[in-house]
Amino acid sequence: MLELIVISTLNGILFGMLLFLLSSGLTVIFSMMGVLNFAHASFYMLGAFFGYQLTKWIGFWPALVLAPLLVGAVGMAVERYGLRNTHKHGHVAELLLTFGLAFVIEEVVSMIWGKSPVDYRVPAILDFPAFTLFSTNYPAFKIFMLAVSVLIFVVLLIVLKRTRVGLIVQAALTHPNMVAHLGHNVGRVFMVVFGVGCALAGVAGVIAGPALVTQSDMAGLLGPILFVVIVFGGLGSLPGAFIASLVIGLVQTFGVALNGSLASAFGPLDPSLGPSVLSDIWNVTIAQIAPILPYVLLVLILIFRPMGLMGTRES
Amino acid sequence: MLEVKDLHAYYGKSHILQGVDLHIGAGEVVSLLGRNGVGRSTTVKAIMGEVPPHGTIRFKGHDIAGLPSYKIAHLGLGYVPEHRDIFPSLTVRQNLLLGVKNVRRPGKWRLEDMLDMFPNLAARADTPAGVLSGGEKQMLTTCRTLMGDPELVMIDEPTEGLAPLIVQQVGDLIARIAQAGVAILLVEQKLSIALRISHRVYIMGHGRIVFEGTPDQLKANDAVRKEWLEV
Repeated sequence: MLELIVISTLNGILFGMLLFLLSSGLTVIFSMMGVLNFAHASFYMLGAFFGYQLTKWIGFWPALVLAPLLVGAVGMAVERYGLRNTHKHGHVAELLLTFGLAFVIEEVVSMIWGKSPVDYRVPAILDFPAFTLFSTNYPAFKIFMLAVSVLIFVVLLIVLKRTRVGLIVQAALTHPNMVAHLGHNVGRVFMVVFGVGCALAGVAGVIAGPALVTQSDMAGLLGPILFVVIVFGGLGSLPGAFIASLVIGLVQTFGVALNGSLASAFGPLDPSLGPSVLSDIWNVTIAQIAPILPYVLLVLILIFRPMGLMGTRES
Repeated sequence: MLEVKDLHAYYGKSHILQGVDLHIGAGEVVSLLGRNGVGRSTTVKAIMGEVPPHGTIRFKGHDIAGLPSYKIAHLGLGYVPEHRDIFPSLTVRQNLLLGVKNVRRPGKWRLEDMLDMFPNLAARADTPAGVLSGGEKQMLTTCRTLMGDPELVMIDEPTEGLAPLIVQQVGDLIARIAQAGVAILLVEQKLSIALRISHRVYIMGHGRIVFEGTPDQLKANDAVRKEWLEV
């Protein structure tokens, strides 16, 4: 049991940090531009495929740097030539643009790399057990993923809190017009922030690709969870996104790992020992309902705290 | 320095500015007076491009009508909006530093001078600006704009909702800006500060300029005051 708790906590934090790489960008883009970027998970997928392709051509380490930069460049182009032009037609047009973009990216990816999973593997140098806990070998690559996510989190925090650019971004989150009146080019700030947000999603893709499955439906699998995270944390709140990422990461990991059911919790008093129409429900295991747990959390938070954990807006 | 000719602006279908003409020379202090809703703030917003302007706006020989506001700011036109848009989560010091446009070319207003001038701000230099009082916020926004070293600064309703003693301090600050040779366009409803420091005043009514003259001319003209200013 202790082994399960330790390993699941590690996995949960890891999944949470991956989610945070995505949700941080999404939530910052939302509070700046008022637009929920439906294509955000697609940039994560692009990161994974760029990472796979570049690893084949030039090796994993250069790919780790280059792939996110490429994804960021694509993001900036989308902002500069897509969102900026649709902005004057209102948020609906912008939403539709990102919505359509998600489909376009998915189709383009499956046209180039096909619909089945590509062979994106953990690099040999990181393919060994980092440590053995009880009887489980914990892979070094997962520790590496955790380290990269934490490193990026720290760098992001320092840039945002300590540099002039970070201050301009913070100010532009709430008062974009005033920032422009002071002589700062807010349009360019938006473009760069959008690019950085997409690049972060790209990093998540590059490092998650080998550990999970790199396939053209990976954006569709992660996207919904991502929205749960930022609504749960509160739209536009970076600390909220951080906490929500970890909560959802842990909930999902523990949900899958735990094998209990209502029936086993009641032991000998278990009503399913007798014939009952409800015995099917009593015997459903937590692992079976794990995939819906985040959405249950989403419904609960919308009922009891509609602005999210740390959110400020009502809508 | 600033020349506005036949300026029109619209909010949706309503025609707010109906041909505003005004001009401000270098170092001149000019007040724009009038009752609520006559278009004083809209005039300033249209000059900064926050409301789409229709007409001619020239600043130091550049045609600035419709330019992005950051470019207007870089030409040396400062704007202190009426809602004291401080950045609440940033500290007082960070707010002031964001007023600087070019870190490599410091202007004539320095952070230390600002903090010397306002001991209240100095005492709270490292607290979030959101907790400041209304008067302190007004000082902060004004100082923040000065940090960008403008040659003309447009200040919208700086004394709105402030206690008489604080109004006096705001007046002193504006007088000090004028002494430093910076031109000022002061948008006000109260006459006290405007008449004390202005070289010239404009009065607006129904989206147009209805009076232009010196403070003494305005004091002498009861009819204009009654029709356009007094409630």
